[in-house]
Amino acid sequence: MKYGVDEQGYYGDFGGAYIPEMLYPNIEELRQQYLEITTDASFTDEFNQLMRDYVGRPSPLYFAKRTSELYGANIYFKREDLNHTGSHKINNAIGQILLAQRLGKKRVIAETGAGQHGVATATVCALKNIECVVYMGEVDIERQAPNVARMKMLGATVIPATSGSKTLKDATNEAMRDWINNPEDTHYIIGSVVGPYPYPEMVARFQSIISAETRKQLFEQTGNELPDYALACVGGGSNAMGMFYHFLDEESVKLVAVEAAGKGIDSGESAATTFLGREGVLHGSRTILMQTNDGQVVEPYSISAGLDYPGIGPQHAHLYKIKRAEYVSITDDEAMEAGLECSRLEGIIPAIETAHALAHLKKMNFKGNETVVICLSGRGDKDLTTYINHFGF
Amino acid sequence: MNRLNQLFSTKRENLLSIYYTAGFPELDSTVAIAAALEKAGADFLEIGFPYSDPLADGPTIQHSSQTALENGMNLNLLFEQLKSLRAQVSIPVLLMGYFNPVVQYGIENFCKKAVEVGIDGVIIPDLPMYEYESLYKQYFLEHNLSNIFLVTPITSEERIRKIDDLSQSFIYLLSSSSITGKNLEVSDTVELYFERIKKMELKNPTVIGFGISGNAAFAKACKYANAAIVGSAFVKMLTIEKDYIDKIPAFIKQLKNQTIAA
Repeated sequence: MKYGVDEQGYYGDFGGAYIPEMLYPNIEELRQQYLEITTDASFTDEFNQLMRDYVGRPSPLYFAKRTSELYGANIYFKREDLNHTGSHKINNAIGQILLAQRLGKKRVIAETGAGQHGVATATVCALKNIECVVYMGEVDIERQAPNVARMKMLGATVIPATSGSKTLKDATNEAMRDWINNPEDTHYIIGSVVGPYPYPEMVARFQSIISAETRKQLFEQTGNELPDYALACVGGGSNAMGMFYHFLDEESVKLVAVEAAGKGIDSGESAATTFLGREGVLHGSRTILMQTNDGQVVEPYSISAGLDYPGIGPQHAHLYKIKRAEYVSITDDEAMEAGLECSRLEGIIPAIETAHALAHLKKMNFKGNETVVICLSGRGDKDLTTYINHFGF
Repeated sequence: MNRLNQLFSTKRENLLSIYYTAGFPELDSTVAIAAALEKAGADFLEIGFPYSDPLADGPTIQHSSQTALENGMNLNLLFEQLKSLRAQVSIPVLLMGYFNPVVQYGIENFCKKAVEVGIDGVIIPDLPMYEYESLYKQYFLEHNLSNIFLVTPITSEERIRKIDDLSQSFIYLLSSSSITGKNLEVSDTVELYFERIKKMELKNPTVIGFGISGNAAFAKACKYANAAIVGSAFVKMLTIEKDYIDKIPAFIKQLKNQTIAA
């Protein structure tokens, strides 16, 4: 694949495995084994069976009629919000728990921002009867209380990350520290296309089911498997990479990734990484990250906890740098309006993360009759309090 | 031959190295602590440059890093402070910190500046061997700056040999595969690991670090390696004591005495 990873784990200038020696055996074990394990028939059979019977895949590709009329394009929603646990995060969690099982791991750890990945991980750990510890920023624990309760209900231990900004990046640090301390019996289920190689590649492959299905479904519905645009929101970038994956080599498909501008790119409260970041190293990979002049990681901000991350996955950094994908940003207010609009037009309350992608429709200039697929990455149930407070319902 | 090689060629036993964070507890304490440590009998030093996301460190060093950043410490300022280092300190000094600040400073520029102010080596935990060798080695070699590699109880023998080939002054053995600040429990497994490394008869001297907080652990570590590093325990002392400079001699003495007695 032209835009894929090389043998050393790099996407152009980005990627690699910038990890302390303590993690080397863990990463090396994954590097050596993940491809063999995940392409083995026993793995793919179980993966496909769980995706169908447990997750509820394929998720529908829904022609959003009223939205299409409003914007003058043929707009399709890839309904990842209808997955079990309510977002695309379960795709990766299922893949990684089957991997953990085959690696003989007895314990699973994860980091979570909005809680969607934490819930997905707690879910698959319950399914497989594996001990589950989820690290979550103290601030996020407060703003995503329903998901914390869900994780506990599923039997996971939720440990608050109290260092730094007490959000997703700090939860990631804590999870990595846990992994350093427990190298042998523990598998770390990273929730996005970030981290040291092979994580970005592995997570992208598990999420690529999104675009694989989309191609097929679009063909069934329109007779053409390629859209003009594929659109998705980006925090670390897992749903976007899943949506882009099988379109990467189709140069006619324009890829659009929507970052969270927070209160505005220049407001000092933003998570628009490609606008505000520079190249550097974060959480084990060379990528683009928001940082001070002397290389300290900046605390990002977004109303949506799932986009509140100071970096993007290395493959996104590569697609951005070589301009294969366009990176745009949407503010809190624009996203909230789009979330409300989608609820009223389609009867679908999207996650605030997803609402960022929807909000970009307003800014696109359609020539008429173009086809757009949007990854509807998650449902908005977890965000009701934030929506209610914002609109004063 | 830099100061590190000189040290290990003249003295090969019971060497004590101390780690502390630059700009902690006070912004200007960096060089004063170094001078006091040399005077008290430390054999070499590691000065940490702070990073916002120190993922290999436990709470004590995380806290010192955070405070140092709040105090205003950064690499530019650190190199400025270290201009007066060699007027007061003659023992080897290394810098230790994470890779991103180095990338932003410019790797070549970092190596050049470090050597200019009298730094002998660097420890960058998240710069692994492959990346070092294929992308950055030339800058370190050009400026005769030693890059120190870490070895853990689960590092393979083949990899240790490779690290031995790439190392120019010493190899840093982690007492356990863990973050900093945990107490070393010198169990049979740990001793077997140290024993195994000793039997490998590496070309480079070895230094044991992580989890060495008191004189018993120090003495134990020195049985298997040329030197041992005390980090979190020292940083904890700096955190607690107001007159931390005055407390340094006693701190060093209690670490070293036991060794001499043993």
